[in-house]
Amino acid sequence: MGIKQVSVFVENKKGSLHEITDLLAKANVDLRSMCIADTSDYGIVRMIADDAERAQKVLCDAGHTANIRTVTAFAVPDEPGGLAKALNLLESNGVNIEYLYALITTATDKAYTVMRSDDTEKAESVLLKSGIELLDEAHI
Amino acid sequence: MDKRKYYQPEIETMPVEQIKKLQSEKLVKQVEHVYKDVPYYRDLMDKKGVKPEDIHGIEDLHKLPFIEKSDLRETYPYGMLAVPLEDCVRIQSTSGTTGRRVIAYYTQKDIDLWEDCCARALIAAGADKEDVVQVSYGYGLFTGGPGLNGGSHKVGCLTLPMSSGNTERQIQFMTDLKATVLCCTPSYAAYLGESLTEMGYTPDTIPLKAGIFGAEPWTASMRKSIEETLGIKAYDIYGLTEISGPGVSFECSEQGGMHVNEDHFIAEIINPETGEPLPDGQKGELVFTCLDKEAFPLLRYRTRDICVLNRTPCSCGRTHVRMSKPMGRSDDMMIIRGVNVFPSQIETVLLNEGFSPNYQIKLGRVNNNDTFDVYVELPPEQFDDSVKNIAEKEKSLKDALRSMLGIGPAVHLVAPKTIARSEGKAVRIIDERKLHD
Repeated sequence: MGIKQVSVFVENKKGSLHEITDLLAKANVDLRSMCIADTSDYGIVRMIADDAERAQKVLCDAGHTANIRTVTAFAVPDEPGGLAKALNLLESNGVNIEYLYALITTATDKAYTVMRSDDTEKAESVLLKSGIELLDEAHI
Repeated sequence: MDKRKYYQPEIETMPVEQIKKLQSEKLVKQVEHVYKDVPYYRDLMDKKGVKPEDIHGIEDLHKLPFIEKSDLRETYPYGMLAVPLEDCVRIQSTSGTTGRRVIAYYTQKDIDLWEDCCARALIAAGADKEDVVQVSYGYGLFTGGPGLNGGSHKVGCLTLPMSSGNTERQIQFMTDLKATVLCCTPSYAAYLGESLTEMGYTPDTIPLKAGIFGAEPWTASMRKSIEETLGIKAYDIYGLTEISGPGVSFECSEQGGMHVNEDHFIAEIINPETGEPLPDGQKGELVFTCLDKEAFPLLRYRTRDICVLNRTPCSCGRTHVRMSKPMGRSDDMMIIRGVNVFPSQIETVLLNEGFSPNYQIKLGRVNNNDTFDVYVELPPEQFDDSVKNIAEKEKSLKDALRSMLGIGPAVHLVAPKTIARSEGKAVRIIDERKLHD
């Protein structure tokens, strides 16, 4: 299970992010979500794209450091407490979350979430057992 | 009792012709000694086709081969030792290059000679028996602390062996025990001055009257600022572990260059490219020959410091030649916060830690203290989409650099191929400190 996420290293300076989005736009890559983790010197841009391999190739060809990782993605009911319930389950089962962000969806009753945890296998089985829907590439 | 003007007046004011005669006699003996007792020297001399009997005096000095830092690394640890190990009583060491430090050995006589040189520097800075000397150079393998400590004992001063760091304690001892002479690096003197000012001390209430500062480059404007903040006269001192330590040369009250202790050391200036000796007054690389040292007597040691020698008489009465403050280096060594750093050390660490050897060093100066930043390209195989994992790599690199260099730089990871490649002339070091006037 899981979906492919493209990550790219960017220096914390003017125009870095624009350069990335520009490259992807020219390659006709459609972004479904983006999240930036930043430090004072650099940032990591994480993206869910319609074609992860193409996105990575475009970025690497332009001299960037980019990789692909499969991350967990799941759908929770779009209502108050929907995400809290899922995170509660993960915590009580000893799964630690490295990062988490929202994913755009066309479904109106579901909220899609992307996550990297310290134990992907366990996280996915805990979520599945509780009836939480896991997403794969077909959903993107 | 009147203050002494010189520590060893008969030597320090010896007529120039007599100094030359003394140097010639000592040189002939020293060459015989190293040729006989140090196989490495014998080989070097044989290769150059020079025998001890070819050396009749200082006019033949240029016939001898040079010794360079690489020779010292190659002969580590005992290869340059000129007396049996049992006759040695101490080692000191440099801050090290690519894993191999230079170790200098001392007999008791070598230490006495070195401490005499430091005592001369202290008397020249106006110190005498009634003074309280605060030695805030590091103690240990570094020669700064032990050298000035010994010199202060010889003069008969009350010596405060503070070593470096712990500024609060430094200031407490300085003010409670009324230290009159401060010995440390110029950047630490500036820092102490700022701390004292912040605590409400003024030049009138700071007990110091003189300071002896060395082991790193400093400018005339820095001297002026230290003098004004602390209310002292600041004196320069020069030395290097390979030759003995601080006190190879020192400033007198005239402050027109540093008098080289010529009874112990011969100073030469050479063209760093050709190795040809240059006449006095010309700028070139400073080379030292040790005349009296027993355990580690280097002959024609290339310091890589660019200087000028001045033989015009000095109004202080000392007859020994004066050298200028070093105006630069003929190699790529940097002195950062008093520690010698070579780019090759940084390259070694980068490769060991799995980074590419593409880096840039930026040196700056904030409040008279060196800033030291290393920019390193993050190779694709070290990239991870978790900030935590990258931060761990960054920290591990920083720790490894600190352990190799003895000082910790700020490490910045940058994107690949953003640092200029080495085909063109790569700018590896950007030094914005303006250390030379």
